[in-house]
Amino acid sequence: MAGLRDTAAAVRQGSTRAADLLEANLAAIAEREAEIHAFNLVLADEARAQAASIDAAVAAGDDPGPLAGLTVALKDNLCTRGIATTCSSKILEGWRPPYDATVVTRLRQAGAIIVGKTNLDEFAMGSSTENSAFGPTRNPLDPSRVPGGSSGGSAAAVAAGFSAFSLGSDTGGSIRQPAALCGVVGVKPTYGYVSRSGLVAFASSLDQIGPFTRTVADAAVVLDVIGGHDPADSTSIPEVHPSLAVALDQGVEGLRVGRITDLPEGADPDVAERLEVAFDALRAAGATIVDVQVPAFTFGLTAYYLIAPAEASSNLARYDGVRYGLRVDAPDTNTMYGATREAGFGDEVKRRIMLGTYALSAGYYDAYYGKALKVRRLIHDDFERAYRNADVLLTPASPSVAFPFGAKGDNPLAMYLCDVYTIPTNLAGHPGMSVPFGTGADGLPVGIQVLAGTLNEPAMFRAAAALERAAGGAGGAS
Amino acid sequence: MSAIDGLPGDWQMVVGLEVHVELATATKLFSASANRFGDEPNTHIDPVTLGLPGALPVLNRQAVELAMRIGLALDCTIQPCTFHRKNYFYPDMPKAYQISQYDQPLNVDGHLDLPDGTRIGIERAHLEEDTGKSTHLGGAGGRIHGSEASLIDFNRAGVPLVEIVSRPDIRSAEQARQYVTELRAILVAVGASDAKMEEGSMRCDANVSVHRPGTPFGTRCEIKNVNSVRSLGRAIEYEARRQIDLIEAGERVVQQTRHWDEGDGRTHTLRSKEDADDYRYFLEPDLVPLAPSAEWIQAVGDALPMLPGARRARLAGATGVAADSEAAMVVVERGQDDYVLAVGAAGGDVARALVHVKEAYADQGATPTVPAADLAALTVLETGGQLTATQAKAVLADLVANGGGDAAAIARARGFEAMDTGALEAMVDRVIAEQADAWAKFCAGEGKAMGALVGAVMKASHGKADGKAVTALLQARRG
Amino acid sequence: MSERISEADVAKVARLARLHLTGEEVQRMTAQLGGMLEHFADVDALDLAEVEPMTQPYPLVNVLRDDVVAPSLDRAEVLAAAPSAEDGRFRVPPIIGLEG
Ligand SMILES: [Mg+2]
Ligand SMILES: [Zn+2]
Repeated sequence: MAGLRDTAAAVRQGSTRAADLLEANLAAIAEREAEIHAFNLVLADEARAQAASIDAAVAAGDDPGPLAGLTVALKDNLCTRGIATTCSSKILEGWRPPYDATVVTRLRQAGAIIVGKTNLDEFAMGSSTENSAFGPTRNPLDPSRVPGGSSGGSAAAVAAGFSAFSLGSDTGGSIRQPAALCGVVGVKPTYGYVSRSGLVAFASSLDQIGPFTRTVADAAVVLDVIGGHDPADSTSIPEVHPSLAVALDQGVEGLRVGRITDLPEGADPDVAERLEVAFDALRAAGATIVDVQVPAFTFGLTAYYLIAPAEASSNLARYDGVRYGLRVDAPDTNTMYGATREAGFGDEVKRRIMLGTYALSAGYYDAYYGKALKVRRLIHDDFERAYRNADVLLTPASPSVAFPFGAKGDNPLAMYLCDVYTIPTNLAGHPGMSVPFGTGADGLPVGIQVLAGTLNEPAMFRAAAALERAAGGAGGAS
Repeated sequence: MSAIDGLPGDWQMVVGLEVHVELATATKLFSASANRFGDEPNTHIDPVTLGLPGALPVLNRQAVELAMRIGLALDCTIQPCTFHRKNYFYPDMPKAYQISQYDQPLNVDGHLDLPDGTRIGIERAHLEEDTGKSTHLGGAGGRIHGSEASLIDFNRAGVPLVEIVSRPDIRSAEQARQYVTELRAILVAVGASDAKMEEGSMRCDANVSVHRPGTPFGTRCEIKNVNSVRSLGRAIEYEARRQIDLIEAGERVVQQTRHWDEGDGRTHTLRSKEDADDYRYFLEPDLVPLAPSAEWIQAVGDALPMLPGARRARLAGATGVAADSEAAMVVVERGQDDYVLAVGAAGGDVARALVHVKEAYADQGATPTVPAADLAALTVLETGGQLTATQAKAVLADLVANGGGDAAAIARARGFEAMDTGALEAMVDRVIAEQADAWAKFCAGEGKAMGALVGAVMKASHGKADGKAVTALLQARRG
Repeated sequence: MSERISEADVAKVARLARLHLTGEEVQRMTAQLGGMLEHFADVDALDLAEVEPMTQPYPLVNVLRDDVVAPSLDRAEVLAAAPSAEDGRFRVPPIIGLEG
């Protein structure tokens, strides 16, 4: 299968029709979506109209842009003007944003075609997409298993060939973990690399939007379009980012690849073994492997499960039944608030709102939230020290391959451990990505996580591309 | 003390004021919809204003600059600062949190000097966003209690506010009124706000407690819903007396928020602070810190106009009146002080000019239209004795009516030639002869008689005589 | 039962968060939140006295926007999506009991 750049080039030249590309995706959707449930909403008619207008533009001699005719599936927490955006929550059912997220505007301007809005754990809280109010998404590689989460629908859409690429959001691993479980590439850029404007907030200081693609090169193409400064997001980094597509060809000769010697244990043996193979592969490709320590890595989960819920408790307070979304009627406003939020939010969301409210409340702030912010600093500083000696770090993206539905049971902590390797990066604000690197138990894909320092995406992409080459090209396992 | 603050015994009130002012920006604090009062409801709304999912705040540069102007006008220190979320649910608060400044406000440690020189400390003046507006349906008189529903308009939501918090340095209702009046004058002078209490662009909450000198301050209550300078004074006085009555009856003042009811002239319990607010403040992750550079602060300071207090002092220095005299207060408030000084610069008498301007331009904000040089010429005629005060007033009326003119020519046209001394002496002698009774009483030392004699001379001269000269002549004749 | 959070705490937090929880939910939530807060014992041993809290990943300052008006959203469109509206405004039930 041709890469995104070549496919778009063919559309721009008129040698491939956007309409034909789209129909191939729609055929795949017709065949498997009923089983997979990657989407909350498929936009077949709108997509066909968009494809037709792109083909018409090309015929008229216009250039529709660098993503011309490429289909994209959007996580359903990205605002799309006039198109329902639910966050897989009953509380937003039926809400149609009056505006597009910045990334959506950029995709449209680049000629991409939106095929649908993908399923997620409600408000992006979860690691299996089992927490969706509209039912779970299945892993296309083994429908008895979860696709990971929270961007499970977006990962599954790419893995199942429902779209050329997709976007997700990553607050504690919600792109990288499902990418690993579905055998696709998933990138969480540096905090501030991609505008959050129009991304429905979970935890504002941690959330980042990023792509799911079949290859590392494809991820670079997408990031080059959606990244860059946006005045609508005060936390958007103003510096101009170098093109990642250019970095890919540089190889890893001389690159210092760090092995975290005090990495928390917990990866399954099959996954741990693939990580060793990954180090060997990069060494063989000319990289230097160095040992580093990140002692505070191990406190990531703890800090995260106070900081993210604290921010979420505030971000989700706006769902009050006054201006949009669900309202459960009651004789007075205060009772209406309680009834609406009781009916509109699922258990995991309520749990995190409660935890976050508690962590911020009078008398507990210093003991919990305040302390978590200090632990966050330790984690950040430890990473920064490690990056003085290493350009990138490798870890597993997920402790295990895709697991069966219900495997984590009722114990929230068991589910939280899915993100043990991804969370610290969000806390530090650094970039990270998962690249498929062969298979583990039951022939299911294993994702290797490549981490780098602030705005060092070019080094991260170089290492990821080398791993991809070592694994035998796109998809690795296939 | 009680003589000053009107409280019984040796009780003293302790008042701190929190004043919210809406800034005169074109747009809201964190979004680009219009900051405009009085339009159709919900016509200045955007994703940020409505707290729509995914909407992000971006700080308005002009709001920051106006807040800095306020800080500099109040002699505050402008410091690096941050924004916090103050979390609470209320239907007029779209995100269920207000973005405000908490432990690191923009402006700190300033002061405001009342016209009489009393210094009131300013603890802080911070930026925050306003809420929407609720209208209550079905409750008596639009009140919240007994209403069947409320309607929300978000035009005001997100409008930039500066909250100016005074130290508890105010000791009387009159001082509170003076503080708010002076603060308003400053806000208008620096162009930060139109500061209209009637329209709600300036709102005032008062923290009131009472104590006896030498003892610690008592428990304070916060009074809200004060809609004019007059009700501020009434509310504070009522509240101080209520607290004194409680204490003298052996009861305890409970810390609480109270609502001023203009209708019955009382404060009422709104909510008790004790079980109340847990705002869960935390740093707003969607915004970054604000740290105005020294250059920026300097530029804002350089562009500040002269403030009312300094203008009164300048006028007082030029004219010899007291800075808190009615004339100085009124003329500066109307913005006519530059004109008075211009009359002086044109060779006129500034003290006479001050009196004329105060009286001839009594309309708030009336702009003097008479060229300063023309008014200067008039005051020269007065001080030179060519015109009496009464004549000058008549000439000024003509000048104002015509938008200027030659004062001397107008005086001549009105027949206001100064009388020569011989003619005046003859007139005085004639009046003494005609009013023998009054003359006798005057010689016997009866003060009232003097007025009758002077009046008679003025009448005989058709107002041309100079009162002072007549008095001098009468005293000389008496010997 | 965790020592870190009581059922009374949970009930109070639910009120603050405007989540109507049944008695059974309060019990379950107390156990679950207690379990998560136990996990926090991890960091109890750390000496954090000298550590600056980290609130933002990327150090930016003075991000400002020009004071230029952009068009409002369409009121009719926005109110059509509201649960209840009247007379150009959002309608809510009587506002009482919002104090705590
Ligand atoms: Mg206040
Ligand atoms: Zn305030």
